[in-house]
Amino acid sequence: MANAEVAAQADRINGTLGVLQAQVQQLAAQAATQAEAAQAAAATAGTPFFVVGLTVFVLACFVGYYVVWRVTPALHSPLMAVTNAISSVIIVGALIAVGLSDGALPKMMGFLAVTLASVNIFGGFIVTQRMLSMFTKKKKK
Amino acid sequence: MLATLSPYAYLVSAICCIMALRGLSGPDTAKGGIRFGVGGMALAIITTLLDPNMHSFGLILGGIALGGVIGGVIAKKIEMTALPQLVAAFHSLVGLAAVMIAGAAFTSPAAYKIGEAGNIHAGSLIEMSLGVAIGAITFTGSIIAWGKLQGVITGKPIVFTGQHFINACLGLALVVLIALLCMTQSAFLFWTIVAIALALGVLMIIPIGGADMPVIVSMLNSYSGWAACGIGFTLQNNLLIIVGALVGASGAILSYIMCKGMNRSFFNVILGGFGGEVAGGAAAAKSDKPVKIGSADDAAFILKNAASVVIVPGYGMAVAQAQHALREMADQLKKHGVKVRYAIHPVAGRMPGHMNVLLAEANVPYDDVLELEDINRDFPQTDVAFVIGANDITNPAAKKDPASPIYGMPILDVESAGTVLFIKRSLGSGYAGIDNELFFYDNTMMLLGDAKAMCEGVIKALEH
Repeated sequence: MANAEVAAQADRINGTLGVLQAQVQQLAAQAATQAEAAQAAAATAGTPFFVVGLTVFVLACFVGYYVVWRVTPALHSPLMAVTNAISSVIIVGALIAVGLSDGALPKMMGFLAVTLASVNIFGGFIVTQRMLSMFTKKKKK
Repeated sequence: MLATLSPYAYLVSAICCIMALRGLSGPDTAKGGIRFGVGGMALAIITTLLDPNMHSFGLILGGIALGGVIGGVIAKKIEMTALPQLVAAFHSLVGLAAVMIAGAAFTSPAAYKIGEAGNIHAGSLIEMSLGVAIGAITFTGSIIAWGKLQGVITGKPIVFTGQHFINACLGLALVVLIALLCMTQSAFLFWTIVAIALALGVLMIIPIGGADMPVIVSMLNSYSGWAACGIGFTLQNNLLIIVGALVGASGAILSYIMCKGMNRSFFNVILGGFGGEVAGGAAAAKSDKPVKIGSADDAAFILKNAASVVIVPGYGMAVAQAQHALREMADQLKKHGVKVRYAIHPVAGRMPGHMNVLLAEANVPYDDVLELEDINRDFPQTDVAFVIGANDITNPAAKKDPASPIYGMPILDVESAGTVLFIKRSLGSGYAGIDNELFFYDNTMMLLGDAKAMCEGVIKALEH
């Protein structure tokens, strides 16, 4: 009887051990996935894009300020035309709308934006080129 | 692999855009600068298209080809005198494109990696709605500016009571709606923001007179840059942020220079109403003063016998397309041994640098063309000041009469030259609606007629 009791108890302990083992494994797996997620989060959320973007934005404003003040007043019209052309770099966003989205509406809006921005890019650069080609120095006699 | 390389490519592209602006510091380096700009733009487009998930290439290339042909044809055909309108029209396109891109990002956020439809990150929504609002204002505002420059819409300010109050309310409504949009993600709110911004663009520009358009075109130039910045933050793309900031800064500086050239604050221009029905009483006073009126022959005689002549061009020269005739006249004078130079006021014409481009088009060497601060000191030693199509920028009232609307504005001191020859179609007032007392000075001779016809008349007389 005592023997049978011991055997039963040993069996029970064995069972509990198995359950515990399974639990430990589960916990380990959980810890592993969480660590992974934490790593990923640290990579992206550690420095949110907004902060990086804002830094770039402010510095670019300063660059723009100093570069534009050095532009000679005689070339202010070409300056306007060329800034107009380069501001069409938003075509990058339009390309994503056409090429990476699936709905009909975003695709259509993207297509329209690609076309409009292209008008600007080609038109802006060509008209700037035309203006600049007219500026000539005095011919030496 | 490509995904890791693309930020570097965008960086190179951004540097190219900076170099393009840097080149404009002088006419010699400018052409090289433009090559950088074109290269940077091409690199940006190619980098985006190399994304491995990219599809619908047919549609993309079709759009680029269609836009390219339209833009190319317009840019090749446009008259140089119509440049201000063209630039305004181009700004409206950037504005509309920004609205479309933000709309696409809102309806298909997954493609831009900013969340799912109905659950877009709040930060992205704010950036997106700012971008779309500025873009929409740029779009309609530029159309109005274009209409005023083209003459489709009256150049006179359109004012009504409560105008500024309505604008302020609309501006406030935009802020509230953007906040609501972040909480509800409602598509209806998004398009309401677009609609209000479109209306605001129209209402902001209609009270501003045609003569103030240089400031407005520069301001809209600046706005198109800030809209690009907004889109750049949404797309988390540094290239768009950098280029947008450059363009924004450039437009802001140009509007500042224009305002300084008129001695007016930016807000004074923005609030509008300038150049409407002012100076009603002054018109009656002028009739009792004598005006010396001369002919083309008189002008030719005076010009031929001068040692130095300074030509002061204005918007009237552009309207009359007189730049070529003017240059021929100057060439004739140079043959007679006269020293001929050109004086450019910062706000002459309808866009910054407008006169310089027109003179360059007529093959005037750019070293003969001087800015206000470089030439103003020389007027007392000048025999003849030849004013063609300019008016307010020569008005001595800006220096003497504190009651004048243009008091304090820097002007070209043409009155200190030996003789002032003033080409004008009639004795009417200029765009600011102000009487010019220069007409009644002893050393002024008015040449009444079309600017181009008058120059041709002088050329003929010089040839005899």
